[in-house]
Amino acid sequence: MTPTDPLETHKIEDIRSSSVGADAREPTALGSSEGSKVERPVEQPSRIDGRLPPGFLLQDRYRILSVLAIGGMSAVYKGQDLRFSKVKRVCAIKEMTSSATDPDVRQMILRNFERETNILATLNHPGIVQVYDCFTEGDRSYLVLEYVPGKDLEAMLEQTRGFLSEEKVVSWAIQICEVLSYLHSQEPRPIVFRDIKPSNVMLDDFGRVKLIDFGIAKMFQSGKRGTMIGTEGYSPPEQYRGMADPRVDIYALGATIHHLVSKRDPRLEPPFSFHQRPIHETNPSVSRELLEVVQRALEYEANDRYGSADEMKRALTSLRSARGGMGTDAFGAPAVVRGEITPQWRFALEDEIRSSPAVHGGTVYVGAYDHNLYALTADTGEFLWKYATDGGIASSPCVYEGMVFVGSTDKVLYAVDASDGRIRWTCPTGGKVWSSPQAAFHHVFFGSDDRHLYAVNVESGRVAWRFEADGQVRSSPHLGDEAIYVGCEAGVVYAVDTGGEIRWRFRARRAVTSSPAVTDEMVYIGAQDRYVYGLDVRSGWLAWRYRTDGPVISSPAVGKGIVFVGSADSHLYGLDAETGRLVWRYGTDGQVTSSPALSGGRVYFGSVDGGVYCVEAETGNLLWRYQTDGPVTSSPAATEERVYVGSCDRYLYALPG
Amino acid sequence: MHFLRRLIGRENPSAQTEIQDGSGSSSERPRMDVGWVTDAGKVRDHNEDAALVITAAHDARQAHPPFGLLVLADGMGGHRAGEVASSLAARVAAHHITRRSYLPSLLGPEQDARRPALTEVLIDAVQAANQTVSEEVPGSGTTLICALVLETQAYIAHVGDSRAYVITEDGMKQITHDHSIVDRLVDTGQLTPEEAAEHPQKNVLYRAIGQGGALDVDTHVHKVGAGDYLLLCSDGLWGLVSETTMVDLIREAPSLQEACRQLVTAANDAGGSDNITAILWRSPLG
Repeated sequence: MTPTDPLETHKIEDIRSSSVGADAREPTALGSSEGSKVERPVEQPSRIDGRLPPGFLLQDRYRILSVLAIGGMSAVYKGQDLRFSKVKRVCAIKEMTSSATDPDVRQMILRNFERETNILATLNHPGIVQVYDCFTEGDRSYLVLEYVPGKDLEAMLEQTRGFLSEEKVVSWAIQICEVLSYLHSQEPRPIVFRDIKPSNVMLDDFGRVKLIDFGIAKMFQSGKRGTMIGTEGYSPPEQYRGMADPRVDIYALGATIHHLVSKRDPRLEPPFSFHQRPIHETNPSVSRELLEVVQRALEYEANDRYGSADEMKRALTSLRSARGGMGTDAFGAPAVVRGEITPQWRFALEDEIRSSPAVHGGTVYVGAYDHNLYALTADTGEFLWKYATDGGIASSPCVYEGMVFVGSTDKVLYAVDASDGRIRWTCPTGGKVWSSPQAAFHHVFFGSDDRHLYAVNVESGRVAWRFEADGQVRSSPHLGDEAIYVGCEAGVVYAVDTGGEIRWRFRARRAVTSSPAVTDEMVYIGAQDRYVYGLDVRSGWLAWRYRTDGPVISSPAVGKGIVFVGSADSHLYGLDAETGRLVWRYGTDGQVTSSPALSGGRVYFGSVDGGVYCVEAETGNLLWRYQTDGPVTSSPAATEERVYVGSCDRYLYALPG
Repeated sequence: MHFLRRLIGRENPSAQTEIQDGSGSSSERPRMDVGWVTDAGKVRDHNEDAALVITAAHDARQAHPPFGLLVLADGMGGHRAGEVASSLAARVAAHHITRRSYLPSLLGPEQDARRPALTEVLIDAVQAANQTVSEEVPGSGTTLICALVLETQAYIAHVGDSRAYVITEDGMKQITHDHSIVDRLVDTGQLTPEEAAEHPQKNVLYRAIGQGGALDVDTHVHKVGAGDYLLLCSDGLWGLVSETTMVDLIREAPSLQEACRQLVTAANDAGGSDNITAILWRSPLG
């Protein structure tokens, strides 16, 4: 059991090609003691998923302890240098695999690797990890580096809630400039880092910056011929043309700062789009001075950027945030002031209003849990008439050809004269009517808890036909150009076509209480399984779905290429109508079961938190909020002048539009 | 005539009428009409483009809608790696898409929320192609564009600079965005489109199949109205032939297949400097 002699000296080159003497090996070093092979000893543990397992020995000297990171073409391990047998000398070992198949290309890559690492081995700066060794074993190449316990800035960003402090970011940026300055002033040629990004900046336990990974990995991608390159998001335009002068690092540092303060990852955006995503859009607290520094660093034309890392460092150092002061808000103005909203009128009913009002011809019609259907004047809220049913009204009225139709939990659909509230006819069904009726072509369509969709003649009140669904029909039917679309509590959505046939069915996992919104291309619905679904209108195939964090009872509204819908998870969502991707979402303090109303580029909706909200359709930015004294579960009705909405505080409000 | 009139016309004044599933109608279902051609061009010595077309028709009770899958891939990489990459990408994507969307639809006409959504299927398919190509043909790359066509609606996913266009009576509209550096520079006002067309790096892509890792896939959904066309093509076509010429050829040709042949001829007449592929689908009339 002969321990390794610590005074044995072996030059780096020797390690790569010759063996270490048999006696000089640690007892745990396994395998052959033959001459000059550097092949793996026979009893080495094998790779797991292509990665080296703990205990694996490289070069008979470095023992793998654990995996630190895995990338596409590379892996980083924590290793122990067994040469220092008396202490535990830990190092980081980077393993790189070439993707090229052409042997000439592989040779070239290997030569580049060796040349570059030799240069690196001569560098000495506190901001750069030291290179201790490099070698090639089999078809992979290895760098043995100083191990830095700490976190990289990408991990830091992920693990920090809210924004990083500007002072910290600026202090890191200044340190990075110092390292860049050092690299760029190397003789005979400046060393361009080429890969500045948050994951390549480590912070040691003292908060000091250390750059890792000198873009060595990049050389292993250069074997690709042809026109393809992957994007890194932090690289300037000229880098894609193969040009790498020091100003490439300036741009990448600007991109890194942009990511760190705005928390928006440039790799997830089209390249060179920083100017389209101003930092203050996500983080308004960043100082104007820092914004200007970042902007200059990110100029397309290299000549417009800072000419050197020193210059950029001077600019950063002169920031107030660098000196410990806080910068002013970017525009010195307070945050968006929300407009004060007062209702134009409000009308008290005798019980909660859970359903949406309908507006027609200067009159507002609304039902309440007090069993009544009310008619009020739209501009002043004066009472006109009311009609009493025998059950609470949770459905919204529909006005058509001088009549108002409304369903009640007394199982009946009522048709009442719009001008004076006198009853014209009633249509009894076998179950409560929650669904809101829709009318066209002299018929009114609605669903009942008796599991049917009804079509009733408007004049006579006679049932023309009814369609049996798999569950109670609480959703309101949508009358499209080619079919009627409706959902049911069993979770099935139907498209019923010209022959009265089911054209298609779609089954969600839970009830579909909400009503479909339909365009030329898709049917949008929400279900209590938390999803919003976009269905192909002709075939019913599921085109996309979006998962919210709560049941979706709100009915979607579509406009401007966006689907607006609320969820019981307290948000109103704006989803891209084509692909279902999130465009924006607005959070309230209570469930959003109310269906949004879209009018004039604005979206109006209510929340169980009692608020009535108005947000901009394209951005989700709040325009105003009005607080009532009870949950707002109903949907607003919006006209050009006003927004009408009922609350469980028993009032019907008319708010300015 | 609005369909509701016909529906209402069934009203029986004396009794309630229940609507149940009836028997299927006997009218002919629309046909999937697709043409396609791929050609090495005049300068390259082999063809690294791949085209893959699947159409499925079904005339029966509870039939699936007319289904089409159009896939185009334009490969790059030395030593014929490009042609391996493009073919592999097209096959992996087509396999994934048919397995996750078309095949399940054959077994049950009822669409189910538990099945993956079309946009998800397309994105996963393109990412699977990326994974496979980067593992099996390292050092190569390819563009990839997949269009799943259901009756009159096209679901498109793509990476790279092969394009999808929709041609209506108003003209030709490019649906996809090229993932090329010059396209970004044009978008951000650094280059004009004319400068981009002459730019020495006009083929450099910032996103392509084979680059490994996570890949951001663009998706689009576009209605293709009755009688309108959907064209997928590689840069060997769009880089050489103007949109006006393409529209005229497509509209005037006697068949979709002939239109594709003429498009290829036009590209070759303009130099044929790259491989040329065109896949052309027309939405059923009426």
